[in-house]
Amino acid sequence: MTKWLRNIPALAVAMAGAGIIGAAPADAKVEGDTIILGSAISFTGKYSTNGIHASNGYDLAVKRINEMGGVKVGGKSYKLKIKYYDDESTPLRTAQLGERLIKQDGIKFLLGPYSSATTTAMAPITEKYKIPMVEAEGAARSLFTKGYKYLFAVLSTSEQYLAPVIDVAAEIAKKAGKKPSSLRIAMVFENDPFSQDVRAGVIDAVKKHGMKIVLDDKMPRDLADISATLTKVRALKPDVLVASGHSKGAATAARQIKEMKIDVPMIAMTHCEAAKIIKKFGSSADGFLCPTQWGETLAYKGDTFGSAMDYDTLFKKTYSGYKNVPYQAAQASAAVMVWKDAFERANSFDTEKVRQALSETDMKTFYGSIKFSKAGNNIAKPMVLRQIQKGKFKIVAPLKWASAPVEHPRKVPGM
Amino acid sequence: MVNNIALLTDVPILNVQLLLDGLLIGAIFALAAYGLALVWGVMNVKNLAQGDLVIMGGYIAWYLSELGVHPIFGLPIAIVLMFAFGWVVYFLIIRYVIERDLFTSLLATFGLALVIQQLLNLAFGPEVQITESGFAIRSMFEGMVTMADIKFIALCLAAVLATIIVTFMKYSRMGQAIRATAQDPRAAKVMGIDTGRVYAFTFALNSAICGAAGVLISMIWIIQPFFGMSHSIRSFVIVTAAGLGNLPGVIIAGLGLGVAEQYAGFVLGAELQQFSVVALLVAVLVVRQIVQGRRRQAVQ
Repeated sequence: MTKWLRNIPALAVAMAGAGIIGAAPADAKVEGDTIILGSAISFTGKYSTNGIHASNGYDLAVKRINEMGGVKVGGKSYKLKIKYYDDESTPLRTAQLGERLIKQDGIKFLLGPYSSATTTAMAPITEKYKIPMVEAEGAARSLFTKGYKYLFAVLSTSEQYLAPVIDVAAEIAKKAGKKPSSLRIAMVFENDPFSQDVRAGVIDAVKKHGMKIVLDDKMPRDLADISATLTKVRALKPDVLVASGHSKGAATAARQIKEMKIDVPMIAMTHCEAAKIIKKFGSSADGFLCPTQWGETLAYKGDTFGSAMDYDTLFKKTYSGYKNVPYQAAQASAAVMVWKDAFERANSFDTEKVRQALSETDMKTFYGSIKFSKAGNNIAKPMVLRQIQKGKFKIVAPLKWASAPVEHPRKVPGM
Repeated sequence: MVNNIALLTDVPILNVQLLLDGLLIGAIFALAAYGLALVWGVMNVKNLAQGDLVIMGGYIAWYLSELGVHPIFGLPIAIVLMFAFGWVVYFLIIRYVIERDLFTSLLATFGLALVIQQLLNLAFGPEVQITESGFAIRSMFEGMVTMADIKFIALCLAAVLATIIVTFMKYSRMGQAIRATAQDPRAAKVMGIDTGRVYAFTFALNSAICGAAGVLISMIWIIQPFFGMSHSIRSFVIVTAAGLGNLPGVIIAGLGLGVAEQYAGFVLGAELQQFSVVALLVAVLVVRQIVQGRRRQAVQ
């Protein structure tokens, strides 16, 4: 026994060596009739809520695909299974667990972690070992500027979050007989990679229309007060106010916009759902424009889940305690569907062949169309803009899915 | 920056808004800082978990409001619960570090801060939470200045609490014992004061004060398990500026800090709002050093 134990390190080195050379047996990641996907995701720590939403999305898709006959490769049906680790919401841990999934567990196909920060930590690992990863929760633009070849993302990237707001504002100005370039924009963004990406997208759109930025404030990480910034907004009277700073930014902005009766014709912010601003601020949140990756009322359709609404119904039936299905769950499910599609088209478990198949993905799903650019981001699905109207999210852009026109200018409740 | 200063001179009414916001939130800072001054002065413990106790109070108010209790009524409940919590923490941790050096108490309370953060995170999740008072919002000067009633009510409550604490410290037996212990623990012991009990009471009282501040904060700003540190830093800045056992100083420094933050946020931008707090701390320490240096020379 002890002799055997002593040999373990040697064995591990040998196995790792085999992994690096790529000479591992073809079924290192496929056990019997089961394909094992791996993911290090946040079950604890600050991303845990969304990490759990995402893992629920992964699990639901796995369950559904298995029930519908699994994945067909080489004339045989395979079931899907996911091996999870908890990355405790820390990027360093994500990277360690990525190594562990690949080197120790022999996983050859990865699903992404939750958040841009953890995905940024994971991507170099998958790249190093040439292991493809389909991720659904890392939207930072920087992920797709580094030339990664094994990274594929089903969601829209962060610079697209608030840019459509500027386009909508330009359109409204044109209709009213005003020049879009006459519009004045106020911006408040948190000083973190995601929000700064969102800001970069807004700035590009503002430049495109020749508008003027009158305020460009940055929020630090743990700021709970932007009233000084809003005081400036009150004095500057901009035409559009855009804000992004995760849930805390949305909660702070919504609370203080209400308390200071900020009267701007168009207000847009990210993370409206995550911050539950409708529930918490009621009618005072009316008129806010909120971007989303996905909504159940969209007319998207695909084979595994049917329509967006079908997915919504199935998700709520499977997991109790959800009043709305978070888009984090929907896109996670879509990532698993991408894997199934790629395996079947590659008709192989060879990572290079599967990677090639992934890069040629072109599918329609309940989550929207999925087609990857060379950089690996999904270029077929636009961001959707919703407006809170009488306490409900209504899609207002893009126009082909709009369920209501934009209410403009926003009315300040109680004034 | 120049634009922002120009904006202030062009539209002077904005100063009223900044002053109002600053003073109203500063009152709550002062409340939490007074608790720190108490613990620091009486027990010589620099409590780095001060802000986390504040956030804990906020969570009590939030949890009760989810159960349908108005956050204002959550105030007395939070005070009682946090008092009990402080008492327990004293016996579990603080009493072992009172006699030790500065670093032991800093380390122990920093550990306590981490534990509180993680427990809050486990219990309530990492989401940002708020409690809604539902009170009216007033507009003045043709809508150029607004004030939420809750801020004014919070100011009044903070004032009432401060008055109660001061009266208690001055006239009650326990208050006198606390002051005696602060002056000279050995002499107090010789006179028959149970200093262990005094310490426990002081720490518990501090927790209760923080809890009250937290309830008020949750109705005005937002709370999250990891937001404690910035409140701790504010308390330290205020106490360092005012000095221990100087209640008027703490109040003035608290209000001043609130206003300074608002002006920094306005003039320098939101990204430097919190930086201004730390910058003030450094400035206060440097000035004190210079002043003390002069005094020492005068004695020589």
